[in-house]
Amino acid sequence: MSEPMAINGDMAIAMAWKQIDPDVVAAYPITPQTIIVEAFSDFVANGEVNTEYVCAESEHSALTICVGASAAGARVATATASAGLAFMWEMLYVTASMRMPIIMAVANRTLSGPINIHCDHSDAMGGRDSGWLQLFGENVQEAYDNTIMAFRIAEDMRVRLPIMTCLDGFIITHALERLEMLDDKTVKDFVGPFRPVRPLLDVKQPTTYGPLAMPDYYYELKYQVQASMDAALDVAKKTMDDFAKVSGRKYHLAEGYRTEDADYVMVAMGSTAGTMRYVVDQLRAQGKKVGAVKVRLFRPFPAADVAKLLEGKKAVAVMDRAMSPGTGSPLYMDVLQSISRMKDPPRVSNYVYGLGGRDLIPGQLTEVFQEIMANKGDRINFMGVRK
Amino acid sequence: MNLKELSHTEERLVEGHRLCAGCAEPIIARQVLMGTSKPVVVANATGCFEVSTSNYPFTSWNVPWIHTAFENAPATISGVEAAYNSLKRQNKISEEVKFVVFGGDGATYDIGFQSLSGAIERGHDFLYVCFNNEAYMNTGIQRSGATPKGASTTTCPSGTCTPGKKEFPKDLTRIIIAHDLPYAAQASPHNWKDLIEKSRKGIDTPGPAFINVISPCPRGWRHDGSQTIALSKLAVETCVWPLYEYENGEWRVTGESLRIAEGKKEKRPVMDWLNSQGRFKQLTKSKFSPVADEIQQNVDKKWESLLKLCHM
Repeated sequence: MSEPMAINGDMAIAMAWKQIDPDVVAAYPITPQTIIVEAFSDFVANGEVNTEYVCAESEHSALTICVGASAAGARVATATASAGLAFMWEMLYVTASMRMPIIMAVANRTLSGPINIHCDHSDAMGGRDSGWLQLFGENVQEAYDNTIMAFRIAEDMRVRLPIMTCLDGFIITHALERLEMLDDKTVKDFVGPFRPVRPLLDVKQPTTYGPLAMPDYYYELKYQVQASMDAALDVAKKTMDDFAKVSGRKYHLAEGYRTEDADYVMVAMGSTAGTMRYVVDQLRAQGKKVGAVKVRLFRPFPAADVAKLLEGKKAVAVMDRAMSPGTGSPLYMDVLQSISRMKDPPRVSNYVYGLGGRDLIPGQLTEVFQEIMANKGDRINFMGVRK
Repeated sequence: MNLKELSHTEERLVEGHRLCAGCAEPIIARQVLMGTSKPVVVANATGCFEVSTSNYPFTSWNVPWIHTAFENAPATISGVEAAYNSLKRQNKISEEVKFVVFGGDGATYDIGFQSLSGAIERGHDFLYVCFNNEAYMNTGIQRSGATPKGASTTTCPSGTCTPGKKEFPKDLTRIIIAHDLPYAAQASPHNWKDLIEKSRKGIDTPGPAFINVISPCPRGWRHDGSQTIALSKLAVETCVWPLYEYENGEWRVTGESLRIAEGKKEKRPVMDWLNSQGRFKQLTKSKFSPVADEIQQNVDKKWESLLKLCHM
């Protein structure tokens, strides 16, 4: 373990990549991800990694290059955000369907329009049905730790799917925070060597990648992704257990905070989790029975874990940093499906917040708790918007 | 290189694919892959050739092959080649491997143009081969940036007011040459020797190489499937599709085009070309006859300009 340092989230991811030393990185710059690929380019320029770094001419090509490299037998990483992730959308599905264990940092930023470079989770939500695993980090340390765990989860033979390591744009990507890095050997041993499966470059055993599948096979091939998603829940849990042994930092798929005796619980992802715990502590000091749940793994959604944390609660507020105009937001929908078979489920409300980088103030979360404790509020609420 | 030797080369695209009778694409692909005896990895853009050779759980490919999407085959091969360079540098592989991409004109002239331009600019070591059948044939004969003026397609049909496509196609080979890449060429499957030799150069030349190959399509061009090779020859004889290459900054006409340039072979009128295919049949109507004249003028202009570039 190195001495703690002050570093931003993007740099923390670049440092994790450097320790893992992927065979290929292909990327296209976009705010607020760019620091990652700039820092990594320096490592390449100075011979500190073995990586072949490809400056793609677009995000669509960046992810395509990653797929080609992964199929060829390489360990691959990339990074993007916002419009870049949207431009990759077609290839997200192809990547997952072709079972390429590519790790992609997503510096969460809203989608145009209007064009806006600031944080929300709209970009990642566009990829939620693509077959990628999605890990959300709360701070710089988690951005680093999630990256290291992601390589091992993605490359596990029971999973073999790509993973997005999501971190809130600017709030985490550009904020200087305390980071404790693992030493290089610990990281290398934890991730292990890359094991290619029937790589293209095995020219003696020619493999056809990306064939046409007609209605007689397509569905089964998609179902295999689902089966691997199911397996990924256990693999991710086990990886987090193992990570605790080498780092001393214990993570869960969904993490409860003071939920055990709570009647009212708030659920969120990403940097909001810290604010949420601060507000929980304040209200606890006033004798309110409140708690918080942070969802770390959004895909596959740890429905059983979330349901366990919410069982017996009176009301739940799901904080979504994304919206789905015309219906509830993605995290809310998943919390609802998690509790749908519960005998006496809590009253669940959705709070959309922080779109396009709108600040989240602790007082706003206090108000949300007060609202659900008073049995008030609509099913779907748009916090702080000027109507 | 002679036919006897070639008949003993390894078949890299094997029988059982589902392309139409008379389709030029498998003929071209087999000739291109005869251009090297080294191991190759093939990337393919979405299109007729891709769907017809990889119908899961079957494959016609006897070499490693990858398809990811329509607009990105050059990026796909960029990734494969980047992995190759990385793994070779790390001594994880030792074998020399070559990289070939196949795409139709839709994938090359239009939707995948950016991907191709980017991959060439980055200098990856690969040969890109365009099957130019001059329209989106896989989706049912729609207009592309390669569709010739006066051709009728399902999205630029000939009608009472229009003669088919109103615009001349973009000259993609020259646009690619403007990237100042090591090797580029135009070829035709009727001249197998010329095409295989160009493929060999494209594959052996370090860095990116591009070959644009005219690829008659019986369905789209409205001709009998038995005429594929005859038509690809006619395209060259009328100078609609000159054979030439660009190698390390030098332009050279080749094959029949060289003989036409040297005055040893007749340059046939474009009318012979237009009359050979149903897609141009409206041009025989008096109303649209000026279009045929414009096409001839344009062919002449492009041919003269090519000869200048070749210092002829």
